[in-house]
Amino acid sequence: MPRLHASAGFGALLALVLIITFGAWRYDGFISEYNVLSVLRYNSMFALVGLGMCFVIMTGGIDLSVGSVAAMSSVVAAYLSPYGLVAGLAGGLVAGLAAGIINGFIISKMKILPFIATLATMLAASGVALLLSNQQSVPASYETNFMALGQGDFLAHAPEWVTGDDAGLLGGLIRILFGFPIPAWIALIAYLVGSLILNRTPFGRHVLAVGGGEEASRLMGLPTDRTIFFVYVMSGFLAGMAGVILAAQFGAGQPIEGVGWELFAIASVVVGGTLLTGGKGSVGATLVGTLLLGILFTVLNFENGMGWISLSAYWQSVLRGAFLLVVVILQSRLTRSAAAA
Amino acid sequence: MSSALENAPAPVPGSVGTPPRTGVASMLSRGHVGTLAALIALLIFNFLFTPHFATMQTLSVNLTQVCVIVIVGVGMTMVIATGGIDLSVGALMAIAGAFAPQIFQGLLFPVPNLYVGIALGIILPVILAGCFGLFNGWLVANFRVQPIIATLILFIAGRGIAQVWTNGDLQVFKVPEFQQIAIGRVFGVPFQVWIMLALVLISAWALRRTVYGRQVLAVGGNEQAAWLAGIPVRRVKMLVYVISGVCSGIAGLIVIAMNSAADANLIGMGIELDVIAAVAVGGTLLTGGRATIIGTLLGALIIQLVRYTLLANGVPDAAALIVKAGLIVLAVWLQRQDRA
Amino acid sequence: MATAEPFLSMRGIDKSFGNIPALTGASLEVNEGEVMALIGQNGAGKSTMIKVLNGFCRKDAGGITFNGETWSASSPEMAQRGGVSTIFQEINLIPFRTVTENIYLGRELKNRFGLLDLRRMHDGARALLAEFDVDVDVRRPLGEFSTAIQQMVAIARAVSFESRLVIMDEPTSSLDEHEVAVLFETIRRLKAKRVAVVFVSHKLDELYAVCDRVTVMRDGRTVAVSPMSEMSKLQLVATMLGRDLAEVRRAGATAFTEGTRAIGEELLSVRDVAVGRRVHDASLSVRRGEIVGLAGLLGAGRTETARAIYGAGPHEKGEIRLLGKKTDFTEPVDAIRAGIGFCSEDRKHEGIIPGMSVRENLTLALLPALSRAGIVDEARQREIVLRFIKEIGIKCSSPEQRIRELSGGNQQKVLLARWLCMNPKLLILDEPTRGIDVGAKAEIQRLIRKLADDGLGVLMISSEIEEIVEGADRVFVLRDGRTTVELDGAAITEPAVMGAMAHGHGDVE
Repeated sequence: MPRLHASAGFGALLALVLIITFGAWRYDGFISEYNVLSVLRYNSMFALVGLGMCFVIMTGGIDLSVGSVAAMSSVVAAYLSPYGLVAGLAGGLVAGLAAGIINGFIISKMKILPFIATLATMLAASGVALLLSNQQSVPASYETNFMALGQGDFLAHAPEWVTGDDAGLLGGLIRILFGFPIPAWIALIAYLVGSLILNRTPFGRHVLAVGGGEEASRLMGLPTDRTIFFVYVMSGFLAGMAGVILAAQFGAGQPIEGVGWELFAIASVVVGGTLLTGGKGSVGATLVGTLLLGILFTVLNFENGMGWISLSAYWQSVLRGAFLLVVVILQSRLTRSAAAA
Repeated sequence: MSSALENAPAPVPGSVGTPPRTGVASMLSRGHVGTLAALIALLIFNFLFTPHFATMQTLSVNLTQVCVIVIVGVGMTMVIATGGIDLSVGALMAIAGAFAPQIFQGLLFPVPNLYVGIALGIILPVILAGCFGLFNGWLVANFRVQPIIATLILFIAGRGIAQVWTNGDLQVFKVPEFQQIAIGRVFGVPFQVWIMLALVLISAWALRRTVYGRQVLAVGGNEQAAWLAGIPVRRVKMLVYVISGVCSGIAGLIVIAMNSAADANLIGMGIELDVIAAVAVGGTLLTGGRATIIGTLLGALIIQLVRYTLLANGVPDAAALIVKAGLIVLAVWLQRQDRA
Repeated sequence: MATAEPFLSMRGIDKSFGNIPALTGASLEVNEGEVMALIGQNGAGKSTMIKVLNGFCRKDAGGITFNGETWSASSPEMAQRGGVSTIFQEINLIPFRTVTENIYLGRELKNRFGLLDLRRMHDGARALLAEFDVDVDVRRPLGEFSTAIQQMVAIARAVSFESRLVIMDEPTSSLDEHEVAVLFETIRRLKAKRVAVVFVSHKLDELYAVCDRVTVMRDGRTVAVSPMSEMSKLQLVATMLGRDLAEVRRAGATAFTEGTRAIGEELLSVRDVAVGRRVHDASLSVRRGEIVGLAGLLGAGRTETARAIYGAGPHEKGEIRLLGKKTDFTEPVDAIRAGIGFCSEDRKHEGIIPGMSVRENLTLALLPALSRAGIVDEARQREIVLRFIKEIGIKCSSPEQRIRELSGGNQQKVLLARWLCMNPKLLILDEPTRGIDVGAKAEIQRLIRKLADDGLGVLMISSEIEEIVEGADRVFVLRDGRTTVELDGAAITEPAVMGAMAHGHGDVE
């Protein structure tokens, strides 16, 4: 049996490296500081949502509500942003958490299929978002430092010797660290913590065990219902975080954003090689998957900028779909040959 | 009362011991009683409390609103009956909708006259949508990809294809002859409502009375047993996705005919959720094996009426979404209790 | 013999599911460091007995003491903590997860930061497996290893809970000879550690190789307890099947009557077929107008052979001929077209479509022939359904009643009718009367006889010896995946069949 998730994750990583190399070779400014940082800033939201989805999918479930939960959280965060960064952040997180708890309850206690349960909360969350916002985007406060969550970095705190023109190589590298966008820091930390939870805590192992065989897990005495409950709570929480970043990045709570995020997140998880039927997956590979799909879009933009061809932005969804197709077929081949072996 | 209900007479209690019923009555079963009761309660509430409810205008508005959902719902019900799901319906609507105007306007290839153009403009996009449905079915049946993921591919890429095809531009057209399929009236009822009713009745009948319909339910009810009884499980599964694609194609054409414009960015956007909600509320088992197309029609009507009731009584549309979510969970939960 | 209270004592255990009794006053006693064989046919109650012991289900009556105390586990987890571990027949581990995880799931070791101490767990797993002479990379997913290794891991997991009693439910069903030897070595080690073992298996040789005593169950009762060495294989089989050796030539107990025996040409011939791990060399034939019995203990490969004939499972070797022509069925539908019908032993999961009516279930396979242009001919369908309901005597309130509301016997009749309305040449029946009450059983047996007399070829798998002996015109006996004996006419006697099941040859000595 091939090391399925490792090979698929490796494939995604290879594709990512290839595409970055291709971009760097073909386009000026592809690996410019500006471009790199904006790619990171924008994709940090998807990375967070993808992380939550990754845990959900590892239990063999699915969470369709992440996009509208993020939208709802962005509205809540924007409303609370005048009271400061902490208030906005907390508000958004609580909104996401609440949605996650409802999902977890409906799925693990009422025993309703994850896909239909989260479909319902998806509708409900977007209803709440629209009600709260009166169907308009809610401007976030520029008075407080709330916006830093979406757009800020630590450059202002960097010592002078790294920001100056004569900083040199080492200084330049340190400068990049300070210039790393805050949302990207948040995503990075979330992935580190997520990876730690998955690989080094009983809960993480139980997530994979439940996905690998719910009945067997129950017979082994694992708390299956509780595990399932918590992955949805986690997914809701991370979607809430993504919503906060959304509000801070675009300066407003966006009640109608987030459409299709769930599918994008599922695609990144799958591209990262996590098995859709559960039981097998990797947090790191999900990050690779998110970046891969995100960078595809950037490459398209650059390609259009070259003026040789005019591939509209619409190609991105076609390419993403094609990408997903390849991964899904490969996955099905691999699982089947594994089953036959 | 409404003409939709005249076409669906009161349910005959499905008591055991009666010979199989024929005609429309046979399509209604005990399972519909709850759904129908909810619908009637909503109607009575509205007659009493909602001003101007009992008018042709209101009826027409409500029926037109559910038309597209129900047409797509016909295919979705069949897919769900086999234990699958089709997320790509909205994208397939967009493909059919974006493709059609280019044909009947003669932009793709010369058409001899308007009527041939319209005929081709209807047939070809529907066939195209069916082909994309076939692709879904191929993934599900041959590669055993879970339906939710298999159809996710076209959900993402399908709309992109339509957008690339039209470069994302709005195609405005003025071809009243084509638009008849949506807004033309027969006996005062919009033509699209007739299309919907025809599709619902034909497919509800087919689900009960044709070999294929029975095989669909058998595959959803117990795939292994169906296979051992010689049912071509793969072909059965493949075909439901084709049907779903064809229904989506028809729905896409109705949408552009209503708007006299095709916008690949918007046609069928988010419709998969409304459709799945209608199917669930209508009483079709989401795990497969039991399906009711009349139920899907009733489910769509209930959701629409709830929304209308709330709107007419001053509740914002957004709140209706929350109510809809509650309805879905309630309906599926009741289904579970019923089975247990 | 010591008169002290046994280590495990289950006495007077009653348990029913719904109103069907599974256990009536059953008992089981095991001493410390003893390997107890628990045997019985399907439905004898041994699985229920195990489930009552390990907390999977609650007993209705009776008393259990374990290690001197009253035992009241209400879940497998609790049982495990109390010192009773179960290794289920289907390995209940997680193939995707590593060997270490599978051993430690649910009681992970943590370091002082509260995180998993992977190193300590890997070391622990390695050390534990070393006790069983298993040397594998414990960081690899369990699914990458052979079934035997997986089985050993399951056993290691069970033992590592400091178990005092280990229940093994058919642990050898997927092991090869060498792997079985390793397993037996493990059992002997457990024994040396004074651990008690309850060993369930249908392979008689194994029981003699490893068990000290044997408890035989039948119809929910414990019918015999004896030291292994004091019971011959034949006696064992006879006790299990409820036949007194002296009484064997007694008058028939089934509803099978002597057929007219108008036996025709050969319909089916199976030669040297091999399927997976279970079937190595199966041969048999069926002629028109006869009932051929396929006998053998559980796990002898009967079902696998039948499914291979029907195109519902692959066969690697050998050839299957239908009416002299070599067949190459890849799907059941091919076999159906060629005139074969098949009733699975698992009526619920592979037979009925529970949500559908009697009518719909009955005509499921016939549909294509019942229709014109894809539309079902309702009138003909109704006529056929009513005819079969009447002819076979299916008791239902109407053809529209859901099949899941019917009794087992009536469900089986519907499934038989599903094939009979197709007018097949050959019918393969896998345990046609399992789980069916006595009255309906006799009706079904009579029906099968009549069908054969009318010219149908029937291949009947049955675990009930009298059904085989009295029902079949010819009998093939499978033992450990090989056809050992073909019996014909007067040679079909219970001792002969049981002897072939027990020893692999028909002689009784």
